Amino acid sequence: MQFLISLHINPAVLDALTDEEKAALGGGHGEFIEALRKSGELITTQALVDPSQAAVVSVRNGQPAVTDGPFLEAKEYLGGFYLIDCEDKERAIELAAQIPDAAIEGLGVEVRQVMFAAGQLEA
Amino acid sequence: MTAPALEDLLRELTPQVLGVLVRRHGQFEGCEDAVQEAVLAAAVQWPAEGVPENPRGWLVTVASRRLIDQVRSDHARRDRESATAAGVVPGDVPDTDDTLVLLFLCCHPALTAASQTALTLRAVGGLTTAEVARAFLVPEATMAARISRAKQRVKAAGSSFTLPAGAERQDRLRVVLHVLYLIFNEGYTASSGSELHRADLAREAIRLARMVHAQLPGDGEVTGLLALMLLTHARRQARTTAAGDLVPLDEQDRAKWDRELIGEGTELVKASLAGPALGPYQLQAAIAATHADAATAGETNWPQVHALYLIMERIAPNPMVTLNRAVALAEIAGPPAGLALLSALDGDERLAGHHRLLSVRAHLLEKAGDPAGAYEHYRRAAKSTASIAEQRYLESRASRVRPRSVR
Repeated sequence: MQFLISLHINPAVLDALTDEEKAALGGGHGEFIEALRKSGELITTQALVDPSQAAVVSVRNGQPAVTDGPFLEAKEYLGGFYLIDCEDKERAIELAAQIPDAAIEGLGVEVRQVMFAAGQLEA
Repeated sequence: MTAPALEDLLRELTPQVLGVLVRRHGQFEGCEDAVQEAVLAAAVQWPAEGVPENPRGWLVTVASRRLIDQVRSDHARRDRESATAAGVVPGDVPDTDDTLVLLFLCCHPALTAASQTALTLRAVGGLTTAEVARAFLVPEATMAARISRAKQRVKAAGSSFTLPAGAERQDRLRVVLHVLYLIFNEGYTASSGSELHRADLAREAIRLARMVHAQLPGDGEVTGLLALMLLTHARRQARTTAAGDLVPLDEQDRAKWDRELIGEGTELVKASLAGPALGPYQLQAAIAATHADAATAGETNWPQVHALYLIMERIAPNPMVTLNRAVALAEIAGPPAGLALLSALDGDERLAGHHRLLSVRAHLLEKAGDPAGAYEHYRRAAKSTASIAEQRYLESRASRVRPRSVR
């Protein structure tokens, strides 16, 4: 079963971390990726640029319009994700709990099953 | 030899050759890699140079050489292991078929179901890592890591290359059958991605089940599982429309059912039911055979279907079985009786929010003449499923019963 574990970050929370805490966060992700890769459960993981760099695209009367993002005015933004393939939802939750963000107040880790896929993975 | 015939031959020989190697050298892990390389070499060489007179002997010889190369290149272990590996005498191939022993090893209880299926498809099914990865819609690197981890686990579990004995054998056989069932289902319920490859998984599961059946023809559950697969696979052409929409059993064009598979499956069901013990696969196969026996949906022998579910509830109680029995009960005693049985399942945590409970209730409410209730439950079921095809089907049922007030 495939799941997307999305990481909802809060830039203010991240800024308030000490250097040691930031290093531990980065190191924690490194270890998590390595463990997932070795167990054969990692499909891919990606991190996104700061939400201030987002462009919001809309088309009105056939005319595209681009404005500065982010789309939602919120405290939390999608910061990145893990796409995994594992046994069941319980295992996905168990894995999500190993992500360092899950232990930091103000950061969100969300698990959702994949329903449809197209692209290179189905080749 | 045509390309498909060559592939069939290689896939059939893979577990046999692997069995010979593991018997000679032990170390399942290294042997499995060596056999995979030998099979790849054959797939390249044989079409150009012709199939050798003794294909199995050829594969054993080449795989043994690969194994020696592997051992030699491993400097740290060279002194310890080259002595055993160097003793390979090509051509001397014992005539035992270790397919079953290999299946037990690949379906080792120390592995997760995802690892069991992957390892089984590669080591027994003879699929390449890339093919297994494609079938499960994951990148090759992900699948390669999973297979390699699975082999390490099997090694760490310290299992021997023999068939388990006594009660353990029955327990382990149950795991093997479950893995084959999962492989079949993965192919059968293909809902996304390249459906062609996933349909191949159903065929592969049937091929493996046939191999097990050939070795254990007297085991009722093995026979039952093979029969269940054949009877289910027989409906594949009628199960979806050209556009990929699901067609429920009672609306399927039964002329599209594969009569040959139904005939074979039905015979197997009869044979298995004559045996001393009944198991869940035999009963599911018997239910599938009952449906296959009806020329039209209206002629279905529902009392028999209901009776079979009752027996199943007794020998292998499971809320999903009760759910299915409610459908049969509604057919013989009316929708309210089916709904009453469903309400007994409401407190069951295993089914809480499950789309099957919601969709069966929707179906029975529709039959009972409660379109508003049916609409609500079809909608909730559509939200709960993880299958696109099923979601589309449930949304279309919801539209059919949508009350005027929400139109």
